[in-house]
Amino acid sequence: MVALAPTTTAAASAGLALRIESLSHGFALDGQHLPVLERVSLDVAPGQFVALLGPSGCGKSTLLRLVAGLEPADAGTLLADGVPITGPDPSRVVVFQDPTLYPWRRVWDNVALGLEAQGLLKTHSAKVDVALEKVGLSQFARAYPRQLSGGMAQRVALARALVNEPRLLILDEPLGKLDSLTRITMQKELIDLWQRQGYTALLVTHDVEEALLLANRVIVFSDRPAAIKAQLTIERPYPRHRDDPYLVDLRRQIMGLLGLGESW
Amino acid sequence: MSSAEVSTLATPATPWAFKVWRQGALAVTVWVAVALLISYWPNATRVWPMTQGLVNLCLAVAALIGLLGIIGRWSTKVATRIRAAGAWLIALPILLAIWELLTAKLGLLPVPFFAPPQALLAVYVEDWPRLADSLLHSALLLGSGVALGAATGFVAGVAIGWSSSIGYWLHPVLRILGPVPSTALLPLCFFLFPSSWSASVFLIALATWFPVTVLTWSGVASVDKAYYDVARTLGAKQGFLIFKVAIPAALPHVFVGLFMGLGASFSTLVVAEMMGVKSGIGWYLQWAQGWAAYANMYAALLIMALACSGLISALFLVRDRLLAWQKGAMKW
Repeated sequence: MVALAPTTTAAASAGLALRIESLSHGFALDGQHLPVLERVSLDVAPGQFVALLGPSGCGKSTLLRLVAGLEPADAGTLLADGVPITGPDPSRVVVFQDPTLYPWRRVWDNVALGLEAQGLLKTHSAKVDVALEKVGLSQFARAYPRQLSGGMAQRVALARALVNEPRLLILDEPLGKLDSLTRITMQKELIDLWQRQGYTALLVTHDVEEALLLANRVIVFSDRPAAIKAQLTIERPYPRHRDDPYLVDLRRQIMGLLGLGESW
Repeated sequence: MSSAEVSTLATPATPWAFKVWRQGALAVTVWVAVALLISYWPNATRVWPMTQGLVNLCLAVAALIGLLGIIGRWSTKVATRIRAAGAWLIALPILLAIWELLTAKLGLLPVPFFAPPQALLAVYVEDWPRLADSLLHSALLLGSGVALGAATGFVAGVAIGWSSSIGYWLHPVLRILGPVPSTALLPLCFFLFPSSWSASVFLIALATWFPVTVLTWSGVASVDKAYYDVARTLGAKQGFLIFKVAIPAALPHVFVGLFMGLGASFSTLVVAEMMGVKSGIGWYLQWAQGWAAYANMYAALLIMALACSGLISALFLVRDRLLAWQKGAMKW
């Protein structure tokens, strides 16, 4: 107990507490207001790995953009550790579905992007090498993005996020475009990194199985405008196995919630 | 199995088996043959003073090709470059011979208007100070104008692409002034500006400015918005977004603009020099034509073609350096 205490506090301080209170947001489409999020409230404890599931186009990605501070919300409150979110901040980093590496920068310089933007590159350049080491791409530091495969590019994007030591990692379907083998490897890596770093993670995915393998909390959204339909807590140790009967049962439940119960 | 291996290994080891570069040998032969033709076939209408000079030049080229062919045995770099030009090295003397036959040897083309190659050579030998001076003045004028136009065009393009309020004011100016051929403004500029030189700098700058502005603008405007999102979540401020995201992403477009601007600047330069500026290659062309010195005109045109082509090549060299990250970019 005594031996465990320091690690627990370290993990807790690494992660960010996110509080979403009756958040509403919409877009103007052809002069009409299209509500996307409706009074969404969610409390995420530091160090939690939360997966957001829901029908395609229901507004999960919009929620992530609001949490990242890329857009201001129409109504409601967003608090990071009790402080209102007013804009982007390197403590809340997004990994997008596309790696969106800068093609004119070599891998190393892509990973260094955050440090360079914050004016920390001169003093902290060693962090770039560490981040590349973490995702296993040290040998590709001098390569250009066009020379990488899809999985490698997404790993670089992950390293680019991790180098900033984010306290909240926002994952917007980061594995959505990868082939299934690369996906499985990277799911393992995501879990490893999360366990080692202790950040809070917010993952949008379309893959129910992925949500169950990675997250310790799953939120299911309704169709647009998105509202929280159900919440599940997954108390299962890592690494998890996809044929664990407990997870298989949960998957059936979630598929039912998403309206796909019969097709299974 | 082992004997087969031994025999394949043994074949290339024969020390005296060297391959003769056949195209090179043929090129040398043709250059020498053309030299002989020029030397021994009597001129038709009149005696051209530099005929022997042309013969010597052909022989010199033949010797040079031979020399490079021999150097190519040791240096693969030289070998690959000269071998790539092999067919042209044969075609060039043949074209030269046809030109020589039509003009000096058979007199089939009317004499004052069509000069034989040795007449051009004579111009280079006798009039080189004036040609060099003209080239220098053109280079100064073009350099000033293009530098001014490219710099302002780049800044204007980035500004319009980035800021909608700057775009609000610059866009109409661009739309009205840009498409006007800058040479049409020549008469106006000659009395608005204190000197014909400054008027020409302005017009060349204008001709360069338009395509550079439009393409820089389109480059900045077409940058993937996701690039900005990425940089912003990593803590980038406005300056970083402009200089480290928008501009590098727009560079391929900027180079297309510079290429088009450079082309437009050449024609503006020549017209400006023909109309008002009292020096430069354009002026030389006009002056030579006025004296019916057609050989001088051809000589100047040849220099101009080489100079313009050289500038475009230099631009592409810079582009290839800066845009090495691009895949499958066009080669000049």
